[in-house]
Amino acid sequence: MNSIDTSVLSPRSRSRHLISTLLANPSIAIGGALVLLVVLAAALAPLITHWDPVEQDLLNTLQAPSAAHWFGTDDYGRDIFSRVIYGARITLFEVSLSVAISMVIGIPLGIISGLAGRKMDALIMWVMDIIFAFPGIVLAILIVSVLGEGLTNMLIAISLFSIPVYARLSRNLTLGLKNMEYIEAAHMLGVRYPRIITHYILRNSIGPLIVQSTLTAGAVVLSAASLSFLGLGVQPPMPEWGTMMSDGRNFLGLNIYVSLFPGLAILITVLGFNVLGDGLRDVMDKRL
Amino acid sequence: MKAYVVKKVLSLPLIIFGVSIIVFIAIRALPGDPARLMAGPEAPQEAVDSMRVRLGLDQPLPLQYVRFAAEALHGNLGLSLQSQRPVMTEISERLPYTLSLAALAYLLAIAIGVPAGMTGAIYRQRIPDQIVMVLTIAGASIANFWLALLAMNYFAVELGWLPLLGADSWKNYIMPTVTLAILPMAMIARMTRSSMLDVLSQDYIRTAKAKGLSSASINWKHALRNALIPIVTIVALNFGSLIGGAVVTESVFNWPGIGRLLVDSVRYRDYPVIQGVTLVAVTGVVLMNLVGEILIGLLNPKIRFD
Repeated sequence: MNSIDTSVLSPRSRSRHLISTLLANPSIAIGGALVLLVVLAAALAPLITHWDPVEQDLLNTLQAPSAAHWFGTDDYGRDIFSRVIYGARITLFEVSLSVAISMVIGIPLGIISGLAGRKMDALIMWVMDIIFAFPGIVLAILIVSVLGEGLTNMLIAISLFSIPVYARLSRNLTLGLKNMEYIEAAHMLGVRYPRIITHYILRNSIGPLIVQSTLTAGAVVLSAASLSFLGLGVQPPMPEWGTMMSDGRNFLGLNIYVSLFPGLAILITVLGFNVLGDGLRDVMDKRL
Repeated sequence: MKAYVVKKVLSLPLIIFGVSIIVFIAIRALPGDPARLMAGPEAPQEAVDSMRVRLGLDQPLPLQYVRFAAEALHGNLGLSLQSQRPVMTEISERLPYTLSLAALAYLLAIAIGVPAGMTGAIYRQRIPDQIVMVLTIAGASIANFWLALLAMNYFAVELGWLPLLGADSWKNYIMPTVTLAILPMAMIARMTRSSMLDVLSQDYIRTAKAKGLSSASINWKHALRNALIPIVTIVALNFGSLIGGAVVTESVFNWPGIGRLLVDSVRYRDYPVIQGVTLVAVTGVVLMNLVGEILIGLLNPKIRFD
């Protein structure tokens, strides 16, 4: 617990204080560094590697790691290091889009549920319970079998099964906040609902929602990789980590590197999000 | 408590009803004409039409749903397009493989996760605890099919110690069980550690120590009883994530369970099978969750249900 009363500080030093508080937590520092590593790999991919991630070189297939190909090459002679680095772009795209979709749909549903109460609440929560009853992968398979394989449809499927997580969380937060005296006071002073929602409820829910989205991000990476691994998500030759591992299945005993490195990249990314989320939750819990 | 159980049990049919509607609508929205699929690609138009009447697809949607629900309640989930056998037979032949794998994975997860979590709590913030914490967070972050591929590469292909695919002998169980157990093991270890830390700081533990009870007896008798809650939570309330893990694990190891059946049926657009497996899996998950919620209520009278 930090004893400094941050309300007396200027906005700038307040945010500086916030950053130093956050970084003092080892989980946030380590998890944040891992996530940052993945972000940098995605952003700087062309500077990190000069190999084209989809260019084939049929004379140099299934090579072991070497000075030229740090992670070796796959069955089409493509550079695995380059595919792993460019794969970070696909993974971060999947995560940010999927988390954004589920938040944009889930949070309003939760707030409506919490504010409206009674029948509306029961109806929304019933639908959320139904979606939540499906094991994520099973729901995703059902949706992908209707819409067809591919990145977009996989993202729809994955986003759908995180919606109940945000809806339930923001409903609980709304229920906790809506009877607070300052919100009742604002209401009596004639502040309208849209403003109460944005200025009072959302602003006070941001912390827990960020923690939840960080923890969900790790799960999204794993689900997307699993679906692509099963051939239901991103299709070859795109350098998606799950798709690459699915390819590596055919070369067990011949070349494990095709599967080894994409899996390691998944581990680093998911570990980063999970450790970061744990750290953020610890810090937020103290504050709440 | 009683009211809580009654409320939970009553909500069950409503959830299953909703799930069946989602599955029903999803399957009707599938691309392609199911009557054409059933009749075969070369069947004449009259055969397709009569198939449509036979399947009841010429009826209005609500009526189709009522029929579908009535049939499903009687255990009739239609015929597989691929094998032409009843979907229920396909599922009941494969279910034992999935359930035995799930049971073994849970046993392994409990057998390692509980002692690991206890070790972490007893040696709080010392080296054994730090090792346990690092392993649990890594276990929760690993892609289980990656672990499966590495294990297959070393233990089956290179060393030849274990069979690669299938379910022919007890040796076939080893790799899929370990793969499937990693996630629940990590979660059980983590929850056991934190619930035991809560308990160890309670007054009655201090009293027990003051009475002169040995720490081994305190750890096992008083503290471990509370470890039952994390076990029930993971085993019953996270059954869905185990089923999800089984879908992937079974596909990697060519395991003849319902998870692989589901993935294969997507590949062949075998819609009655997709529909059947989804319904059975979700019903199982919902029932397990209900049992879990009731058990946790019994185990922990401190939880209030209102």
